[in-house]
Amino acid sequence: MSDTSPHASFVRKEMLPEQAPPATAAGPIRWMRENLFSSIPNAIMTIISVYVIYWVLSHVMGWLFLGVWNASSLNDCRTVLAAFGRESGACWAVIEDRWLQLMFGFYPSDQYWRPILAFILMFVALAPVLFSDKVPAKLIWFSMVYPFIAVWLIWGGSVWSPVLMIAGFPIGYLAFKIIGKYAFSGLAIAAAIVAAALWWIVGWGAVDTALNRMIGEPRFETVMAESTAQIEALPPQIAASEAARDAVGEEITVISAERDAVAEQIALIWARLNIDEWTPELAEASAELDAISDPESEEAARLRGDVLQLENEISEAQATIDAAGSVLPSVDELETLQDEFASYQGTLASMRNEMNAHNIELNSLNSELSDATRTLSQLDTLRADQADLPMLRDEARAISRDPNATADEVASAEDAVSAVERRIDDTYGILGLTGLEFVESRAIGGFMLAIIIGVAGIVLSFPIGIALALGRQSDLLIIKMFCVAFIETIRGVPLIVWLFTAQLLLNYFLPPGTTFDLLLRVVIMVTLFASAYIAEVIRGGLAALPRGQYEGADSLGLDYWQSMRLIILPQSLKISIPGIVNTFIGLFKDTTLVVFIGLFDTIGLINAIRADTDWNGIYWELFIFVGLLFFVCCFSMSKYSQHLERKLRTDHR
Amino acid sequence: MASISEPPAESFRLSQLIYDTRYRSMTIQVVAFILIMAGLYWLVNNTVQNLATLGKDFNFGFLSSRAGYDINQRLVEYTSASTHGRAAFVGILNTLLVAFVGCILATIFGVVAGVLRLSNNWIVARIMGVYVETFRNIPTLLWIIVVFAILTESTPSPRDFRGDAPEASMALFDTIAVTNRGVYTPAPVFGDGSLVLGLVFVLSIIGMFAFRSFARKRQAATGQILPVFWISLGIFFVPTFIFYFLLGAPVTLDYPTLQGFNFQGGTHLRGSFIALTLALALYTGAFIAENVRGGILAISKGQTEAASALGLRPNRVMNLVVLPQAMRVIVPPLISQYLNLTKNSSLAIAVGYMDVRSTLGGITINQTGRELEGMLLLGLFYLITSLIISGVMNVYNNSVKLKER
Repeated sequence: MSDTSPHASFVRKEMLPEQAPPATAAGPIRWMRENLFSSIPNAIMTIISVYVIYWVLSHVMGWLFLGVWNASSLNDCRTVLAAFGRESGACWAVIEDRWLQLMFGFYPSDQYWRPILAFILMFVALAPVLFSDKVPAKLIWFSMVYPFIAVWLIWGGSVWSPVLMIAGFPIGYLAFKIIGKYAFSGLAIAAAIVAAALWWIVGWGAVDTALNRMIGEPRFETVMAESTAQIEALPPQIAASEAARDAVGEEITVISAERDAVAEQIALIWARLNIDEWTPELAEASAELDAISDPESEEAARLRGDVLQLENEISEAQATIDAAGSVLPSVDELETLQDEFASYQGTLASMRNEMNAHNIELNSLNSELSDATRTLSQLDTLRADQADLPMLRDEARAISRDPNATADEVASAEDAVSAVERRIDDTYGILGLTGLEFVESRAIGGFMLAIIIGVAGIVLSFPIGIALALGRQSDLLIIKMFCVAFIETIRGVPLIVWLFTAQLLLNYFLPPGTTFDLLLRVVIMVTLFASAYIAEVIRGGLAALPRGQYEGADSLGLDYWQSMRLIILPQSLKISIPGIVNTFIGLFKDTTLVVFIGLFDTIGLINAIRADTDWNGIYWELFIFVGLLFFVCCFSMSKYSQHLERKLRTDHR
Repeated sequence: MASISEPPAESFRLSQLIYDTRYRSMTIQVVAFILIMAGLYWLVNNTVQNLATLGKDFNFGFLSSRAGYDINQRLVEYTSASTHGRAAFVGILNTLLVAFVGCILATIFGVVAGVLRLSNNWIVARIMGVYVETFRNIPTLLWIIVVFAILTESTPSPRDFRGDAPEASMALFDTIAVTNRGVYTPAPVFGDGSLVLGLVFVLSIIGMFAFRSFARKRQAATGQILPVFWISLGIFFVPTFIFYFLLGAPVTLDYPTLQGFNFQGGTHLRGSFIALTLALALYTGAFIAENVRGGILAISKGQTEAASALGLRPNRVMNLVVLPQAMRVIVPPLISQYLNLTKNSSLAIAVGYMDVRSTLGGITINQTGRELEGMLLLGLFYLITSLIISGVMNVYNNSVKLKER
């Protein structure tokens, strides 16, 4: 059969090209139809949400982004805002002025490199734990040494202090090895703990004192001469610096006055402009009011209110103009005046920076002077004490041997001896300091305080938490009861009650006469608190492990501690890492509670800044800044833990 | 004949206490017990010594001495002449009030936010995501202070409600006034016959539940489905309405009115209470939203698909298949969030609300100097409350636990 007629026009030789899908089936319109407008209730919700977002943004964006970054006080902010005709704006100048204080508290500003270095090293130390597959395993040694280095960096001390603290571990290990050869493992462990404890309580202090004395004694003369020279030389320097700072202060006052004069001119122009704007509005409103039929209606009341308000505002603006009295600037000059104002602001900003530099210099000179004075007096006392000490010791010995002496006399004589000895040791401690200068715990505050308490709490609570979790799981009744009671008590009571216990009651529970650092007490309490929560997380991790792992370990003949160390704990700790990160996030946020016991964390500093006369009445900008700090940290940590969860889940498929 | 001799009886050696696993656990427990007792003895001894040095003794007599301070928000009678024990009781009631209202509000916020976050409307899901993430990542104390600042600095003072052209006006048909001293709402006044009305209300709720179980049994027996929702609604409203009018409106509302420079009448909810409850509810609601979302996502998609394949409509799929399974995953973390809210209510001191921590653990301790006894009672209260709440959780867990090997 032949083919169909060659004149058929509908035979195609090739396929038609694909057409693009219709607009409603692809691209952004399809996405909007599916996600935003898929049904009537959905469409209504979309419209309401868009309106809400628009309303919020329109109110907030202007305030946020048209703020004032450059002012010296809240009133100054308002002057700047009025000069540029803005109704309201954020006074970000308070952040620009105080952000270092909010981050570091009262830490000396020339020593900021120390906490910053400790912070960076913290990430290096955490790398083998959190990124174990990308980092060499030997780095774990640095992680174990890091806590001592961090303490040394932040609180200061001689170069040998972290080394001496770390030395406790090799000493304990040595004791373990030696005793282990002659007795069973339990006794060896006990010996290791006893040796390490002895070193940390007694030995380290003795070596430290000896080193201080060895280094401090030859330095006595030089330090004496230095201090005397400083006491001579510094006061004129301080006076000069004060003079310079006062000169800058005077210049600032002069330029502020000139700027305020310009601001007044600008205010007059704005008053004129406002009157021009409001008068027709007033006329309109009055006309409407007259035209209204029912004088008692709500509409009439509202109009009366509007009219009243406009009249008040116009009369206020008129009063400002009348009070000025001098020649009114014309409205065209607004731009030039505003440029002049801005240039004055620029000059003032650079002068304020200069003033800050002078202040920093003055602070350091003053602290040098006070240090020198204190050192000199301490050195004088040192020689006197060293001369008196043998005599005091003889007296104390005589009184203690005297049968007629009362117990009080003996006690007071012994107290006198030990007070003098302590003073001598302290002075040698200052003389022999080779390394970083001391910073008191009182000076640590702000965001740095939150990080220190949070990280220290979690890291120190780790071993305690593991022990509690294992104890809660064990078959030994006494240990199980104790662990359960401990965990439930700590978890049942809010952290703020525990912090109050740390502040008020820890002194009751310790032997009479021991007082120590509030920050140390808080860290101990936070550690105990965190250990209960970590114990629960690890208990969840231990329970998530299949029973087969325990049974396999038993079938291999491993005893309890070996199976824990080699099989159970590595797996369960890996599973619990997301839970531990979540506990850390919660603890980090809870560190803000230390404001109630008098430590100056971010919220305490906010209160202090608001109490300052310059910034009295400001609150939104500070809350937003602190909230943003916490948000960035906690959000990134929670994203990291979600990433970890996803990664760990694929391992166990 | 060979005799089977007994294996030689092992004599007990002292080193068996450590090496023999039968006795080692006993040894460890005894050693642990001795160490714990020694530790406790050392702590108690130190405490006694320190108390003696400070000249204090340990007794709870201060609870019956005169308090001498006022509490501005209270649920029971209290004056400054009442005892410290009474003040502590008022504080406990205040804490429980905040916890109760906060838990209800938090559940509402959390369930709404969690379910909306799963909706297929992109904007709504993202808005709820922003809410959850913002509230979860900023500390509670900061939120409480921020909400309190909003309530006191951005609201009008009662003075602004005066005059012919007031700057501020009352909301909701002139019944609720939001001022910087607090919120004034109408208060119910219970007249004669309100007890009967209350009884009718309680009976109608019981009747509602009875009807539901009756309807369920009838459906199981005969397959007939009754319109449970509408009939329950009727049982809830109709009897109470009828008796309300029959008894001549025993419950009336006392409206707040502006007299002089302040509002009188109605209930005065102070800013500190509202700030604390609202902030805690919003904060805990964010966590509950995550729990709800996780619970619903934990149910595998196969359940929804199989239910749809059986011919169930979407709302029945949710009610009969997905939600009962999701409850098992949602409820335990939900109860622990309730616990967290109760414990976080101790931050009331930041806004000046007098909960148990501010009365017993604050002013009472400052005035009487009895820190040890006060802290002990405070800790005991929180411990008992949290043990009760976790006991409820354990009961629930055990009742829905999957029986495993």
